[in-house]
Amino acid sequence: MKRLTSSILSFLIVLGSFATQAQSDVEMADGMRAEGKIYVVVAIILIILTGLIAYLVILDRKVTKLEKLVSGKNK
Amino acid sequence: MKTWLKILAVVLLFYVHIGGMLVEVPRLNILNETIRALYFHVPMWFGMVLLFLLSVYYSIRYLRNPVPENDYKAVEYANVGLVLGILGMLTGMLWANYAWGSPWHGDPKQNGAAIALLVYLAYFVLRGSIENEEQKGRLSAVYNIFAFAAMVPLIFIIPRMTSSMHPGNGGNPAFNMYDLDSKMRLIFYPAVVGWFLIGMWIVALRVRIRVVEEKIVEIENEKTY
Repeated sequence: MKRLTSSILSFLIVLGSFATQAQSDVEMADGMRAEGKIYVVVAIILIILTGLIAYLVILDRKVTKLEKLVSGKNK
Repeated sequence: MKTWLKILAVVLLFYVHIGGMLVEVPRLNILNETIRALYFHVPMWFGMVLLFLLSVYYSIRYLRNPVPENDYKAVEYANVGLVLGILGMLTGMLWANYAWGSPWHGDPKQNGAAIALLVYLAYFVLRGSIENEEQKGRLSAVYNIFAFAAMVPLIFIIPRMTSSMHPGNGGNPAFNMYDLDSKMRLIFYPAVVGWFLIGMWIVALRVRIRVVEEKIVEIENEKTY
């Protein structure tokens, strides 16, 4: 059993290395990923996204307040 | 708009922005890492088309039942759809600058999209030029149907009949070319749903503001009597 799993594992690893070899001739930002700097980009994008959504939520609350104000005056 | 839909939109967008940057993409010449722009550029256009579709729906409803709410919804769906369309145009130009060599290539897809946006801009010009509310609602509803009917061939049919460099047109495959194992779809479709829901949220807010405005006008009118 152990030999079987280890042979399957090694087969998968070899297969994986073939797949990366076949593709790695096209230039991608692999260095940026290896250094982990891509996480800086992700963090920056998420800060902007969070900020904009928070702004949208605040706007939503403000409109709800206005609706209550107007319906209260109408009575 | 239901709260769980808003939460779903936010969750989907967070997933898309993290996954869109980190998940592996096919390695292709010329495109390189810019292939990730697909997760952000294309959902703008999908969102725009969906919002315009809802806008037409409310325009038709307004023609059958002319209450102001239907008119408000038709306008605001068109308004937010146009914003997504402009963002799609700008991101497309930036992408084209690197993938095709210049921001404006005169590609049938670009020209068609630009004409479609102008057709929708004319919708707002038409609305702005009529004083009477009922006349404004009726005429702009009819024009909105025309605008949608013009947009569909401009964006989806003409670029496919001629040679276009835009993926998905003129014999070019879209996903089939990029996507080797449907991995990209797992991020692309949530992006479409997420941005569409954010669009719906903004529409709902703008419609509510219009209703409040209308109520304030009513209150003011009551005061003067």
